[in-house]
Amino acid sequence: MPQIFPPNANAFVRWALIGGGLFVGLLALALPIYARTVNNAVGVPVAQPVAFPHNLHTAQLGIDCRFCHTSVEVAASANVPATETCMGCHSQIRVGDPLLAAVAGSWDSGLPLAWNRVHDLPDYAYFNHSAHITNGVGCSTCHGRVDQMTEIWKEEPMTMGWCLECHRAPERFVRPRSEVFNMAYVPPADQLTLGAELVASYHIDTDKLPQCSTCHR
Amino acid sequence: MTRAVGTRAAMRRGASHCRALGHVAQRTAMLLAVVLLLAGCGRNMADQPNLRPLQGSEFFADGAGMRPPLEGTVSRREGAIDPVFLTGQDANGLVTQLPVELTLELLQRGQERYDIFCSVCHGHTGAGDGMIVSRGFPAPTSFHDQRLLDASVGYYFSAMTNGFGRMYSYASRIPPEDRWAIAGYVKALQLSQNATLDDVPAEVRLELEHSEGRVR
Repeated sequence: MPQIFPPNANAFVRWALIGGGLFVGLLALALPIYARTVNNAVGVPVAQPVAFPHNLHTAQLGIDCRFCHTSVEVAASANVPATETCMGCHSQIRVGDPLLAAVAGSWDSGLPLAWNRVHDLPDYAYFNHSAHITNGVGCSTCHGRVDQMTEIWKEEPMTMGWCLECHRAPERFVRPRSEVFNMAYVPPADQLTLGAELVASYHIDTDKLPQCSTCHR
Repeated sequence: MTRAVGTRAAMRRGASHCRALGHVAQRTAMLLAVVLLLAGCGRNMADQPNLRPLQGSEFFADGAGMRPPLEGTVSRREGAIDPVFLTGQDANGLVTQLPVELTLELLQRGQERYDIFCSVCHGHTGAGDGMIVSRGFPAPTSFHDQRLLDASVGYYFSAMTNGFGRMYSYASRIPPEDRWAIAGYVKALQLSQNATLDDVPAEVRLELEHSEGRVR
């Protein structure tokens, strides 16, 4: 019986296997990167009607997150401040500055500023800011160093897999309540020990936390 | 060859004969499944037509989905609460006593809220030298000024509720419970900044003198 494949077919198959393996590897690497950045806009600044620099207002001026995001401790939604909050200072400071024209315009017209959403969870996912704040999840754990951002962007992918990283093992991230608003907080070396103690003292139900109905209700 | 074709044709005939009805039902079911699956495409579960907090809406002229309460709306919660608690005033004017119990927790809560909302202008000690003042905001009167030392606790509550001078009202940002806590804390702050060593309890005094000596 004559040979169907020429002798160099072996080399062809070998290279095809190597190439295929490389392709699968690259795909496995590229897909999460795509999902976390391009598709999810992680680290991509979101343009806003007013170029509000968080770093100037928080790190430099020392204004607490809660001065503007007043409802974060008591409500599901952490509010964007009303124009009144901006004007509380900017009725006196930088009056007539073109950078603040949209704020002054909103104050005069009574029409709210239309900020562009940075974190848009799907509507079938339930999220409550106050529940996280009161259970020792710091602002910077999910939002990153907003106090160093000149423009605002999403620091974490906010995908279900990412949520579960903490919901399956909250002791890896939970902090003392007094440190929740500390943007520069660095977890201690014994985070797992401290975290486990805090999870117990906050009565966090670790059985219920990773269940479907905790977030999909 | 011809025999095979003949057999296949016969089978086809037989099949169509037997499953004529079954075919229609099967096709309908498949079509339905495809239609149902297609409905799963897109983000219509992720972006449901209901409005979330702060979401915009073209339905209203101002573009906001959240609606302000209609004029004349009475809060059921606040309607049941003593007006003194909500205004800081009774028949004799601004109240001089806290309408809530004065506890250490209240003052600590007041300190936390003061540091968030007030210290930016009034400074952490109440001297009127907050960070925003150094940025050009007109300096507020020091809380240790005689006029303000004499002011009642209701005066501070009223100033936070209604605004004062260039300061806007904080009623929409600080709930009344916290405004009372802050008012109480401001009075405590005044005591602390005008205190003498005689005000310090004997057992703490020793410690204080010791630590002061160490610092110097």
